[in-house]
Amino acid sequence: MQLLLFGAFNGLIVGFFYALMALGLSLILGLNSVINFAHGGFMALGGYLAFTLAPFIGFWGALAVSPFAAAALGLVAERGLIRPLYGRDPLYSLLLTFGLALILEDMTRTIWGAQGVPFAIPDFLNHPLSDVYFFLTGYRLLVVIVAAVATGALFAVLRYTRLGVCIRAGNADLETVASLGVNIYLLRALNFALGILLAGLAGILAGGQLGLTPTMGSSLIMPSFVAIIVGGAGSLIGSLLGGLIIGVAAGVTTMYIPAASEVVIYLIMALVLLIRPRGLLGQEGLFE
Amino acid sequence: MSVETEARPRSRAGLALPGDEKLRFAIFAVLLLAAPFWLPLVGSYTDLGTRVLVYALAAMGLNLLLGFTGGLSFGHAAYFGLGAYGTGLMLRYVGPNMWLAVLAGVLLGGVAATLLGPLVMKRRGIYFAMITIAFGQMFYFIAVRWNNFTGGEDGLTGFQREPLALPGGAIHLTTVPFYYFVLAFFAVGAFVLWWVLNSPLGHAMVGARENARRLEFLGVRVERLTWIAFAISGFVTALAGSMSALLNNFTSPLDLYWQLSGYFVIICVLGGMRNFWGPFLGAAIYVLMQDYASSVTKNWLSVIGLMFILVVLFFPRGLLGVLARRRSA
Repeated sequence: MQLLLFGAFNGLIVGFFYALMALGLSLILGLNSVINFAHGGFMALGGYLAFTLAPFIGFWGALAVSPFAAAALGLVAERGLIRPLYGRDPLYSLLLTFGLALILEDMTRTIWGAQGVPFAIPDFLNHPLSDVYFFLTGYRLLVVIVAAVATGALFAVLRYTRLGVCIRAGNADLETVASLGVNIYLLRALNFALGILLAGLAGILAGGQLGLTPTMGSSLIMPSFVAIIVGGAGSLIGSLLGGLIIGVAAGVTTMYIPAASEVVIYLIMALVLLIRPRGLLGQEGLFE
Repeated sequence: MSVETEARPRSRAGLALPGDEKLRFAIFAVLLLAAPFWLPLVGSYTDLGTRVLVYALAAMGLNLLLGFTGGLSFGHAAYFGLGAYGTGLMLRYVGPNMWLAVLAGVLLGGVAATLLGPLVMKRRGIYFAMITIAFGQMFYFIAVRWNNFTGGEDGLTGFQREPLALPGGAIHLTTVPFYYFVLAFFAVGAFVLWWVLNSPLGHAMVGARENARRLEFLGVRVERLTWIAFAISGFVTALAGSMSALLNNFTSPLDLYWQLSGYFVIICVLGGMRNFWGPFLGAAIYVLMQDYASSVTKNWLSVIGLMFILVVLFFPRGLLGVLARRRSA
């Protein structure tokens, strides 16, 4: 029983990383119609920026600042590279962000080294909170809390702010939103940055838990795609749910059949596609 | 998908070989046949030519789906890698028969594509791309995790090219004979693709790219058509993977990794994905560039990445696409 809980909790932590990534990807897929392959690269960038900033502004400062730094770089990329591709075949934005992902990974490797670096977290977060449930450390609790707060804030922004209303309306019908006088170029740029913000946050949290390596982005982006497909495209709650489901499934599987821990999420995806092709909460006929 | 069509009177697929194209094809064929003789003269080597053939065949297989049927597949490394593993595993565990080894690779990759097809076909467009990406990655993890059988992350070793049994006796596949061995299979693969594209089936595929809904109204089941294209494409790409394993006497999970899938797509786009031979040109440029960049800089991944961005921003039609426009203009 403890083994099951251990696996499930581990999976939940990883699931939150997937969910944060998937939420950002989903936002960008929705309004910008871009499958952002560079999402993993920006995620790693967020983590590494925090690693570099932490000696100067402390762990908490880095946690607060570096997602925004990553988002700022995301804005630059959107403005310079992705904007010219709106309205063209999705193949091209896919290829462009793919190239960007290669460059980001290579740059990370060149600047911070191929070996990966340990990202120090405050000492008091390292201790288990309970003797029985030894896996429940302060840091893991922090990951859950920060991810939950970030997700809650995202939904609040979408629900209650003008920006959020525009994003939701833009998902439904971008042309109408444009004709109502909203600057959709600015809107798409902000939406892209919002997605990268979540990726950067995921990068820092994952860095503290799993360590920072140049390939961390490549290895976390695939499950995030799966999370979107399982949860259903067009639904942010679906992406959140999808991330947590596959995270927990992988975590539990690791405990019993370690070799199958990665394959199991693809089996879940296959099952979902067989039974409910649109995904758990997805809309029919979106992005087709 | 975009609605760009090159107006060609003979064939909607842009494949017919009128007059001067026949001549051009003949020159192309002679160049390929003579490659082991002229490649060293221009400072290159035969294995590089073999590698171009392997990548070209993989990308041409993908292009049946990508360029002609309009299916944005981003997971073709899976079928390439399965082809490589099928061949490698056959040689290592079963026996030193080259024909069986190639057959095993082609079947493993092709059947996998055929079986996954119906699941992938559930969606179209950008969503289709995402599903193919994700499924491609599944095989990567199987290869990494099943390490007592596949060699895991270190890759599959312990096999090598065996003498080729022919009716007249066995041939040792040293570098140059092996080039012709790959060229022969390349020709078979390319012919199958050309034949499919010139058949009514191929015309229907191009129709699905141009206007899927209209084709549905005409009574064609587009979903099944895409499935057939996906399956054929998987078989051809698996053949290329099989050749790759024999070329390197080695295969690793990187042959299944999603980055390779992306390379195949950019090869098609770079050369011109609306053109039958576009992927060949793209593969030649890609292989030369990779060979050169990785010898002069450690950051060759950035060079490749930059190529992706430049091609997308400035050459979206690809080189042959630009040429074809010039000629018709």
